Amino acid sequence: MTERDPQVTKNPRDATNVGDPQSGLPYSVPVNGLPPEPAEPLPARASSGALIASAIIPGSGHVISGAPGRGIVFFASWLVFVAAVLLGAGHIRTLPQTGSLDDYIATCTVFVGLLGVWGYALYDLTGARARRLAQQGDSQWQIAVRHFKKSKLALAGLAVLALLYLIALIAPLIAPYDPIAQENVIQTSYLPPSAGHWLGTDRFGRDILSRILYGARISLSIGFIATAISVTLGTLLGAIAGFFGSKADAMIMRFTDMVLAFPRLVLLIMIVALFSPSITVIILVLGLTQWPNTTRIVRGDVLSLREREFIQAARALGFGRWRIILRHLIPNVLAPVIVTATLGIGNTIVLEAGLSFLGLGVQPPTPSWGNMVADGRDNLLGAWWVATFPGLTIVAVVLAFNLVGDGLRDALDPRLRT
Amino acid sequence: MGAYILRRLLGAIPLLLGVATLIFFVLALAPGDPTAAYFSPNLPAEVLEQIRRNFGLDQPIYIRYFKWLGSFLTGNFGYSFAQSRPVADILLEALPNTLILAGVSLALVFLVGVISGVVQAVRQYSLLDGALSVITLFFYSMPSFWLALMLMLIFSLKAHEWGWPIALPPTGITSVDYEFLSLGERIRDRVVHLILPVTTLTLALAAGVARYTRGQMLEVVRQDYIRTARAKGLPERQVILRHALRNSLIPVVTLLGLYLPFLFSGAVFIEVIFAWPGMGRIIVDAIFMRDYPLVMATSFLFAVMVVLGNLIADVLYAVVDPRIRYD
Repeated sequence: MTERDPQVTKNPRDATNVGDPQSGLPYSVPVNGLPPEPAEPLPARASSGALIASAIIPGSGHVISGAPGRGIVFFASWLVFVAAVLLGAGHIRTLPQTGSLDDYIATCTVFVGLLGVWGYALYDLTGARARRLAQQGDSQWQIAVRHFKKSKLALAGLAVLALLYLIALIAPLIAPYDPIAQENVIQTSYLPPSAGHWLGTDRFGRDILSRILYGARISLSIGFIATAISVTLGTLLGAIAGFFGSKADAMIMRFTDMVLAFPRLVLLIMIVALFSPSITVIILVLGLTQWPNTTRIVRGDVLSLREREFIQAARALGFGRWRIILRHLIPNVLAPVIVTATLGIGNTIVLEAGLSFLGLGVQPPTPSWGNMVADGRDNLLGAWWVATFPGLTIVAVVLAFNLVGDGLRDALDPRLRT
Repeated sequence: MGAYILRRLLGAIPLLLGVATLIFFVLALAPGDPTAAYFSPNLPAEVLEQIRRNFGLDQPIYIRYFKWLGSFLTGNFGYSFAQSRPVADILLEALPNTLILAGVSLALVFLVGVISGVVQAVRQYSLLDGALSVITLFFYSMPSFWLALMLMLIFSLKAHEWGWPIALPPTGITSVDYEFLSLGERIRDRVVHLILPVTTLTLALAAGVARYTRGQMLEVVRQDYIRTARAKGLPERQVILRHALRNSLIPVVTLLGLYLPFLFSGAVFIEVIFAWPGMGRIIVDAIFMRDYPLVMATSFLFAVMVVLGNLIADVLYAVVDPRIRYD
């Protein structure tokens, strides 16, 4: 992949683009002397047979018209939703009588997803999207997406994450048992994995699989919200420190050093224990202690960006400071911030699990992966499955976040692109 | 160099003062009261008030702060509420245990991490590189408390059940009959108890070092002087170990300082799970007991160790990299 100079090749995909009438030079000789990329022909329209096939089974049209890869992706995501509908059929049928808000949200998600995959597969098959993209040329984000797709591991991570967020939304439909209700505890306590309970039951006879599915809601939302808070705060503080310099910089960076000098876990357990644990407290505490890393990265980038011509131009044009920070600086430091955020969500999930493990996080009986592992400690030898499976789930999720983060880092940093 | 160290030490003073202040105000502003432990329905309100006065809790917060800071700085950490003995004594007992755990782990983290990173970089894109990448990422993503439980389950509890020749002790720092052992057996007993906690910490943290070392090595191997070394016919082994490794280790040294907070955080879980009587376990217990003096002193000590560790890392950085001069 070569970097194209936007001024020389205005429209690299345009086949009619043969030369510059004024200078007589061909458009497509880039400054760095590399040969131009061959212009690709515009994608053709799909045949009506393929469209009809795709209307019945999403993705089949792609296979017919020679794009089996995309077809399989569409088909697989469609299957996921179909499976969710089948698994949740009982719930969906009794929705009007028993339905809680949770059930309604889950049902809506499933059907919207089902229709969405079906519709998008058709739209994609008509080729309208591909033609529009080909005519517009590539934006920075599209280049990044193309590089991201090269990494199989990162794509696998992304698939795992998409599936998990879906699971979190539709947990009531697919969970085989109630995650909290205790039945006949004497009969169902500590059942090993079997056909009835795939991952076994815990001390109170609750199904581990159902608890893991419901636990995804807690872990994923805490990870996401806390990281959103910390990234926003960290980016703003870093940009302020880097842009204003002098006193603001010194104050913010001293404070950052102070927070970093503290083992974070100790700070976390201190605050959570003292302010009696609840989900809100945990989200706030995790969000308000994670920002120093982002701040450091953003500050460093802003310091070097501040001296660049386009920022000086913005100043010369008389733009306000905040406009420069928000519209000119922050968009340019977003790439490392996105990577930090992705890795940060994984990190936050581990920390939340750790706090819950110590009894300082999500309180029982609400399932969280961390407190489920802690439950398993009671009878580690007798019932190994109680601690093992929630832990494995954490590993899988965090691994997925790390893979996606690594993939994003490679895709968003032009120096690392290969 | 001496002047630089002195300057850094002086710079650490306001930092640590800030940390101490932060600790004080977080604890002081938290809901809940240290006298809650003495509360009982039969207790007259006056007695409770007297207890509060004895603890000095009736005074305004800034006076409490300066009083506390004064005694804290003169080395008087106060008495533990829960254990009714000087905080300094408790910490002096726990500190060596944590330092042994953290020190051995830190050494192994860097040993394992660097070796793995170098092997990966030398054989880039080989099967071994791929396998090690996956393994390190796997451990990198693993919560240390879960890894600890799993290692304990397999190598201690199940190993015992299945009758493996060596079943490691699941918890503790010494066996029950430690007092009756000979010197050699005592050392062996200590080492055996160290294996599981140290392995957990090492596996959890070495992955990060390995990833970083690999990246550094790959960067260095592309440099011109490596090509020169190869061109003049040095054996590959010497090129890698003498020229590439030594130069890529320089930034790895800075990781040493960055890893201390992680190490201590990890140690908290490890100490709780393996019943290791160190500072991590003390602080968790103290927080649950609302033992404020102990919490303050322990967390402050953690911060001191982190700051000192960072200082040592920076000094080491100057020692190993002659291009860096702190004047």
